Amino acid sequence: MVVQIGDSVRRIEDPRLITGNGTYVDDVVLPGLLHLSIVRSPYAHAKITRIDVSAAVNIPGVVAAFTAADLADQLGSLPVGWIVEGTKLPDHPPLAIDTVRYVGDAVAVVVADDKAIAVDAAESVTVDYEQLPVVVGSEEAQKPDAPQLHAEAPENIAFEWEVNGGDWEAAAREAEVVVKQKIINQRLIPNAMETRGVVADYNPGSKQLTLWSSTQIPHLLRMLFSAVTGHPESRVRVIAPEVGGAFGSKLYIYAEEVITGIVAKQLGRPVKWIEGRQENYQATTHGRDHVTYAEIIGKRDGTILGLRCTVHANVGAYLSTFAPLIPTIYFGLMLAGQYKIRAIGCKTFGVFTNTTPVDAYRGAGRPEATYLVERMVDLFAQEIKRDPVAVRRKNMIGAFRRGHEVPTGVMYDTGNYKGTLNKALEMFDYRGFRKEQRAARREGRLLGVGFSCYVEISGAAPSAVAASLGAGAGLWESNTVRVHPTGSVTVYTGTSPHGQGHETSFAQIASAELGIDIDNIEVLHGDTDRQQFGTGTFGSRSIAVGGGALSLSLKKVLAKAKEIAAHQMGVSDSQVDFVNGNFVVEDIPERSMGFAEIAWEAYHAKDLPHGMEPGLEATSFFDPANFTWPFGCHIAVVEINQDTGDVKLIRYIGVDDVGNIINPMILAGMVHGGAAQGIGQALWETAVYSDDGQLITGSMLDYAVPNAKNLPSFELGHTVTPTRENPLGAKGAGETGTIAASPAVVNACVDALKHIGVTHIDMPVTSEKVWRLLDAAGKARPRRK
Amino acid sequence: MSYEITVSVNGTEYTDSVEPRLLLADYLRDTLGLTGTHIGCDTTSCGACTILLDGSSVKSCTLFAVQANGHSVTTVEGLAKDGELHPVQAAFHEEHGLQCGFCTPGMMISIAQLLDRNPNPTEAEIREGILGNLCRCTGYHNIVKAAQTAAQTAAGGS
Amino acid sequence: MVSNNFEYFAPETFDEAARLLAKYRDDGKIVAGGYSLIPLMKLRLASPSVLIDIGGIDELRSITSNGGGLSVGSMATYYEISRSAAVQSAAPALAEAAGQVADVQVRNRGTIGGSLAHSDPAGDLPAVFLALGGTIVAKTRRGSREIAADRFFVDLLTTALRPTEIITEIRFPSAGARSGSAYAKFANKASHYAVAGVAALVTLGADGTVTDARVAVTGVGSKATRAKRTERILKGKEPTASVIRRASDRAAVELAGDVTDDIHASAEYREHLAKVMAENAITSAVERAGG
Repeated sequence: MVVQIGDSVRRIEDPRLITGNGTYVDDVVLPGLLHLSIVRSPYAHAKITRIDVSAAVNIPGVVAAFTAADLADQLGSLPVGWIVEGTKLPDHPPLAIDTVRYVGDAVAVVVADDKAIAVDAAESVTVDYEQLPVVVGSEEAQKPDAPQLHAEAPENIAFEWEVNGGDWEAAAREAEVVVKQKIINQRLIPNAMETRGVVADYNPGSKQLTLWSSTQIPHLLRMLFSAVTGHPESRVRVIAPEVGGAFGSKLYIYAEEVITGIVAKQLGRPVKWIEGRQENYQATTHGRDHVTYAEIIGKRDGTILGLRCTVHANVGAYLSTFAPLIPTIYFGLMLAGQYKIRAIGCKTFGVFTNTTPVDAYRGAGRPEATYLVERMVDLFAQEIKRDPVAVRRKNMIGAFRRGHEVPTGVMYDTGNYKGTLNKALEMFDYRGFRKEQRAARREGRLLGVGFSCYVEISGAAPSAVAASLGAGAGLWESNTVRVHPTGSVTVYTGTSPHGQGHETSFAQIASAELGIDIDNIEVLHGDTDRQQFGTGTFGSRSIAVGGGALSLSLKKVLAKAKEIAAHQMGVSDSQVDFVNGNFVVEDIPERSMGFAEIAWEAYHAKDLPHGMEPGLEATSFFDPANFTWPFGCHIAVVEINQDTGDVKLIRYIGVDDVGNIINPMILAGMVHGGAAQGIGQALWETAVYSDDGQLITGSMLDYAVPNAKNLPSFELGHTVTPTRENPLGAKGAGETGTIAASPAVVNACVDALKHIGVTHIDMPVTSEKVWRLLDAAGKARPRRK
Repeated sequence: MSYEITVSVNGTEYTDSVEPRLLLADYLRDTLGLTGTHIGCDTTSCGACTILLDGSSVKSCTLFAVQANGHSVTTVEGLAKDGELHPVQAAFHEEHGLQCGFCTPGMMISIAQLLDRNPNPTEAEIREGILGNLCRCTGYHNIVKAAQTAAQTAAGGS
Repeated sequence: MVSNNFEYFAPETFDEAARLLAKYRDDGKIVAGGYSLIPLMKLRLASPSVLIDIGGIDELRSITSNGGGLSVGSMATYYEISRSAAVQSAAPALAEAAGQVADVQVRNRGTIGGSLAHSDPAGDLPAVFLALGGTIVAKTRRGSREIAADRFFVDLLTTALRPTEIITEIRFPSAGARSGSAYAKFANKASHYAVAGVAALVTLGADGTVTDARVAVTGVGSKATRAKRTERILKGKEPTASVIRRASDRAAVELAGDVTDDIHASAEYREHLAKVMAENAITSAVERAGG
């Protein structure tokens, strides 16, 4: 079947996944496979005084044990890939050398021929520690007497970053209203359903090292692995097999990838490491964790004049690969939101603490920014006693198709913010709801509505701009389209999915463009030996950047095919049209050649235009001129139980504009899942550390991943404002739901309680927090009739 | 210490010698090579490892393989019959009930169990029926739709 | 996640199981469904060296009722209990609680005997067992004894069960005419355990006043506990909304000083939830009693 862009094509990935035939990293089995288990620090901050592995290696079935000292010459420091000016870069050893800095820091590894024995052996390793003082909060860590994590980073400051746009003093002189609020954007655990894992296989003869890793960035991982270990990049092959979700958490080079690879090399045998869930909670990056002091200023007529904030961003014990990017570029530059705000300021401190490193988690900086903007707009509206929708509308940037620059210096591509707001309101019936809300309150039921009008930055690229902002690698994407002699097509993409359905979306684009059956198109990704170096999947970039590269390749292939067709039909190129998969001579429909026919001719090469090389394939690198800027309006409705304080989300509407839509079914799935994560942050999810640095929410029994019972079905809509930044006119769409959802839900909770004077509740809005507010107002647990 | 067990898995009898501490999930995956059953947590929380044991859905990470001795197990690999997808599998494809696919085998088993006991469930009953299965990709929306579609298919509807 | 190794036995008769337990005593552990024990073993928080699996003893699964009450075999699963017509009519609170335990998979595998023997402080069934005034039949190879609910829960994860005893049956007395029972729970959003759960049994007299009431709270303290103050307030009174409110407000009094305070709920909030859940459970129980 030939499919078109905009069709809800059912996924090519599904048949293998619904029958149990997908191959995730733990499904990779090799002859002689060994199992690696990691000894991790139980303390948040300590000196290692002694490590004794002798009991472990004496267990039958144990093959070896290693500490940092044993592998020192092959384990360099884990690198940081995005460095804002002045970033402190203390060493980040894959295995702790003399100091551990968070619970879960890797200390030693054991390798056994059986998974269970490896666990037994890890338990038998004795490590003596001398405990050091611990600090877990980003504000506390900046105090002069706080424990210091790294000598290179006084007051634990990893980086300081600032943006100031517009004239704050002038805006302040005009302001009639100032609202200040401390806002906590709590720490989250990404919780991809598949934990991380690595299988490493080394061939001592060829010196080829193959790593299967559950990663979003096979190519970058290969490059960084080589940089850390000294093993030549050309002799490393990284394969990202089926990846069971990631949401940013598999976007880095991790200690375990380096360790497993080097141990396999050392032993000359294949080695597998599969992360446990509790291990994942300690060893895989966390997200968010901002303490923010924010201020919004404006006029009583609803005009917003300025927004500024100071952020203490917890980066954990070490800088993860992209950590400096998240609370700076992806946060501070986004503080204008959808509004004409004259002055914007942001000062960010990235702060080391004795906790698991924090890096990108779905949305990565933009949820924090959107939450801040949309919460502050609501606080401002509440202060001047105006309707939150009216205030948003009054300040909204008008529709634009040729760029709009905001005070933080970034240029939005295209937008029509009132369009998504209007559409969402059409789906919602705002006036009807306010009536129902008043009636419900009289009956003793508390309803609330919250709005979130967001714009975000997606399609991570362009390389030169990114480099000027701190990126340590190019952010273009690569693609190859290879037409086989019999006319079927393989698409090779440098991006690497973790559940988004790239095989379907990319095949769909190729099918539409080439006019060939989608079943004859195969999309390959995630293997550095098969694909050209590519960047990977993050920041909603695969369609916007990777899709752009695919478009370029398809155009090149078609141009060459057309040249061959014209030559063979004896007409000039300009006389040939490509219609429904056939090259047709203008005005003479009976003279045509099929796409497969041309493919054959390209390889047979018996009659090609003079000087043309045989074959039919093209490789492209797409590096767009700008990011893309999706936007939308989400609306949440909650009901609060006055007896318990429990919040129930009863309705959720999401209207997004991501430009041209490739596959509406896949887009809707992204928004559903993204919104669920944002809702989870708003209501349930939180990673909690004790003062001594123990992760109290150490398993799924204590960390509430959203479940089916607590979520409603979603009502989605969209408008279409294409971007001009890529050939598809499509913007990144993978994170909109997460970015939009949390302020919508929290605003709804506050709305339900504003009659008792509530103006703000920090996330997650737990039943206890709500009960305390109700109780303080004497409104908890009303009499029963 | 090892024990000999005989377990019928997807209609085939297997006899193996296993350590008592071998979890049923690991037996299915590592001993029998049926890797469609996934392991997603340590705490009987996520449901990725859900299988049918004598027709009842259970989390195979919280059973020792020795406890399955003499019993019958159905995994995701056994859902399709004679090359025909189970209605729940077909509905997951049709309704886009999966993204990364990791929770999917356990999720489908739970829905198969639900529809077996309650052929015409309400949305609330479906959501209760998959409470023990966590999915981080879909927000459950299309999983619920898939369950509804599978119920209709099984009832002979369109 | 791998537990320590152990020796495994799967006796086919009760006598064989009792003999094994007598032989291994403190080293041995009975496994029923395993949904309380195996998670602890995987985390190596429990490492019995001998596991005696009573899953193959069919005689422990039956659920029967007669004029004298309800008998539930210790190996009856939460699912079987929640769907049993006998339980639904004789002890609705038990069916209600069993249907709210964790999730479907846990209910399919977990058993009432396992739940009570483990006596998790946030488990659902201990509260119901207390409120319904149940009795545990505990057997050894030499004989059996009955343990009343009020004497069964001793401390955190500790019961009156002796090392060689196996729970074979849980008996619930007939509550008689104009009785109703109910279970109400505020569940933890992550684990689905009770942050606070209350079971209530209410019997009404001909004049509509409460002749008997038993109320028990779980999730709030270190073990399931009777709310005797609450019961006392109810007794002899017409169960109006304000009487129920007044009684419910005393639901956590017996737990004073022993109220759990953790990241999921402060002690103060748990006490509050106990009151609300008591009110919900008592109100439903009164309705079911025909009040």
